[in-house]
Amino acid sequence: MKSAVILFPGLNRDRDMLAALEKITGHKPHAIWHGDAELPKVDLVVVPGGFSYGDYLRAGAIAARSPALAEVKKHADAGGLTLGVCNGFQILTEAGLLPGALMRNRDLKFLCKTIHLKAENTTSAFTNQYAEQPVFPCPIAHHDGNYTIDPDGLKQLQDNDQIAFRYCDADGNVTQAANPNGSIDDIAGILNAKGNVLGMMPHPENLIEKAHGGNEGRFIVESLVEAVA
Amino acid sequence: MIPNQDVEITKDLIAEHGINDEEYAKILELLGREPSYTELGIFSAMWNEHCSYKSSKLWLKTLPTTGERVIHGPGENAGVVDIGDGQAVVFKMESHNHPSYIEPYQGAATGVGGILRDVFTMGARPIAAMNALRFGAPSHEKTRHLVSGVVEGVGGYGNSFGVPTVGGEVEFDPRYNGNILVNAFAAGLADADKIFLCAAKGVGLPIVYLGAKTGRDGVGGATMASAEFGDDIEEKRPTVQVGDPFTEKCLLEACLELMQTGAVIAIQDMGAAGLTCSAVEMGAQGNLGVELYLDDVPTREENMSAYEMMLSESQERMLMVLDPDKEDVAKAIFEKWELDFAIVGKTTDDLRFRVIHGGTEVANMPIKELGDEAPEYDRPRSEYPAPPALGDIPSGIDANQALLTLVGNENGASRRWVWEQYDTLIQGNSVQIPGGDAGVVRVEGADGKKALAFSVDVTPRYCEANPREGGKQAVAECWRNLSAVGALPLASTDNLNFGNPEKPEIMEQFAQSILGIGDACRALDFPIVSGNVSLYNETNGIGILPTPAIGGVGLMADWSKMMTLDFKNEGDVILLIGKNGSHLGQSALLRDVVGRIEGDAPEVDLDEEAKNGAFVRGLIDDELLTASHDLSDGGLAVALAEMSIKGNLGATVEATSDVETLFGEDQARYCITANSANIDSIKARAKDLGVTISELGTVGGDTLKIGDAISLKIDEIRAAHESWFPDFMAQEAAE
Repeated sequence: MKSAVILFPGLNRDRDMLAALEKITGHKPHAIWHGDAELPKVDLVVVPGGFSYGDYLRAGAIAARSPALAEVKKHADAGGLTLGVCNGFQILTEAGLLPGALMRNRDLKFLCKTIHLKAENTTSAFTNQYAEQPVFPCPIAHHDGNYTIDPDGLKQLQDNDQIAFRYCDADGNVTQAANPNGSIDDIAGILNAKGNVLGMMPHPENLIEKAHGGNEGRFIVESLVEAVA
Repeated sequence: MIPNQDVEITKDLIAEHGINDEEYAKILELLGREPSYTELGIFSAMWNEHCSYKSSKLWLKTLPTTGERVIHGPGENAGVVDIGDGQAVVFKMESHNHPSYIEPYQGAATGVGGILRDVFTMGARPIAAMNALRFGAPSHEKTRHLVSGVVEGVGGYGNSFGVPTVGGEVEFDPRYNGNILVNAFAAGLADADKIFLCAAKGVGLPIVYLGAKTGRDGVGGATMASAEFGDDIEEKRPTVQVGDPFTEKCLLEACLELMQTGAVIAIQDMGAAGLTCSAVEMGAQGNLGVELYLDDVPTREENMSAYEMMLSESQERMLMVLDPDKEDVAKAIFEKWELDFAIVGKTTDDLRFRVIHGGTEVANMPIKELGDEAPEYDRPRSEYPAPPALGDIPSGIDANQALLTLVGNENGASRRWVWEQYDTLIQGNSVQIPGGDAGVVRVEGADGKKALAFSVDVTPRYCEANPREGGKQAVAECWRNLSAVGALPLASTDNLNFGNPEKPEIMEQFAQSILGIGDACRALDFPIVSGNVSLYNETNGIGILPTPAIGGVGLMADWSKMMTLDFKNEGDVILLIGKNGSHLGQSALLRDVVGRIEGDAPEVDLDEEAKNGAFVRGLIDDELLTASHDLSDGGLAVALAEMSIKGNLGATVEATSDVETLFGEDQARYCITANSANIDSIKARAKDLGVTISELGTVGGDTLKIGDAISLKIDEIRAAHESWFPDFMAQEAAE
């Protein structure tokens, strides 16, 4: 599977994502500087985490309006697989590729810890490898991960099986207490209506090998490999 | 007209610049005339305590700074130590105490920014950060606000920049009520043969300014950091800089890209005293003169005077000497990262520091005397008073209650509330995060097994009671924490926070502490390769506890052998390495349970420390252990409680139940666990090496039982340990 990672100044989990993609797929991903307008032909485009443009104005707001994002949008509109993680998720919502918005965490603090996730949709291109083991521990590291959406939009996400991941406890119970940031309906990650765009706050790229204490983050990319095969 | 050129140099103005009569006489002699206002500012910036180390240099020289693995010791932006495979670790620790008290968020944030810049200026990508924070009593009106702001500031900068925070310390004591400590540590990874230094080379080469624009923020910051606080503290807010981690991240990437091209001849970050200090150091260290053209300096405010530009401490700025043939390559990189850059000067061969503004020479001074030949003092010292003798320990201390107090009060409780606000996982190499004895980070670009361990330690109450033993103990505890995870301690950095050195008693305290640090670093082969001194930590005449924080780095060949402190398996055998507890002077028990601060600090037997540490590392390397933890505050009982909480397993320990055994703070001790099948061979090894070892009991159940004195459910101990910090900080919202 061929992949590309979009780079904006201020991103900082770009290196983590590039390394993870290479370790999982065996292919070096393209690293695309935002100023280089041309996007190579790839199966997957990733917008990684960090603080693009310092999160000034609003997290993801400036990157979402860059020419590079217009290219990502073209790729996604044509059905291309697109993944946004953390700041990447914020950028994709700001750019309108995914519905809703990310607000300050409930406690108004940056929070980095290992939480538990439950894959709610285990049939999508991104999540089909989670069917047997939908509950897994995963790291988060964010200040603005409190996902919100209007009631109609939420109903659409629920009815259309677009909620990819929810926060849960170690036993898989989805509860407000297990939700680290106060997101609506305990949402940690969502798909677009067509199922070819995934945005999520947790960091699967920091969960791919023994040194990370687990490898469940690989399943996202492995799901995609399965989907494009 | 050039602003400020006609300012009259009065006695008051000289005093306001922190320059004494003797120093002013030296200035007149060096210049052969009265200084201009700008020159007075430059002298003040270079000769203040913070930049010149004038009170401390004499003593710092006594520290061991060399070793087989040391590539660069003190004198550069950071120390550089060989870690094999052509790689080097670059690290340093630095204080930002005064600014953080005035404006906690920005003070702490720019402290982190400054230390990161020190590291990447040398060509290293930062891979780990730590911080040592000290606040006043929890009941003090400012404490909560300061904790909240400092922690947010440390996180705000480090998280955005993208470096994992893997360790640190947080301590509360009324002696920091008016003067908190914020010490930030950073380490980076570089190729051992590609280290960049600040000494300029070559005459007539362009000096290039890179990074953020210069504003009026932080003017006089270094001078502020070299004076005691009084009641006028609110007026000092404008001397605190404002941080921009986004620009710093761009600056990091631009600098590392630029260094790859071979265009950088010399580089120096603009930290304390900004443009002045960086330009003078580049010239003085390279035995060259420097000429600066201030009209070409990128500014973000209008009508800035030469004085302001020279003393601004605006953040995220660099000065470099570039190879003129590679100027276009350099320019393309700066433009890609949208950073300001300008040629603002050149190197000369006359050893003068000249500053030109609006076509007028506003400063012309001898560069060596400003920089490496600045004044140096042997300040008077007086005999240090012995601490009050240790009185009788009251009988009938409830050991259960004492343990709950020691793991659940402001100094014993979990720091989770703090470190969960720091990104501990970014870069994907953190194999041990805060909450253990040391942070451990896997090293990229090697075999995937190599890792570095980091710890920062000091016990200020020991230093106050006995500066020499306290200095030793700070080093020993840091070294022990690295050993406890299985890392070979390589080298260290010191951040020496003390009161007013003009008081003979404080000067003696400082000198004795350094001698103690030197004793321990020599005995443990743990050289000091970088450091920082912060003096005048006093408010209205009350000094802080002496706080020489030691940051250490250790090397591990294979991180998969790394040890953690949590109990792992039912039935594992618990062993104590080192002697039985006996020392209660200056202990946490005495302070927090009995309510007295008395007695001598525990003695540090450096031979025993070295022997026991090597023994534990050997066991870990041979994969004979299942857990390992150093014994420190609160002694054996607290260590066992921490191992229980983290492992969610109890233990049954057959110890005598006297308070000395339970809570004594004797040094050179570890608590380890191992599978029962390995106990005989571990004991045999101990016997061969002459290491004191005793079997304490076994891991298991849901209760921690120690002799007939302690029996507590793990859940109860955990509740006490985890609740103090969130409960204390939640009161902020309630108020």
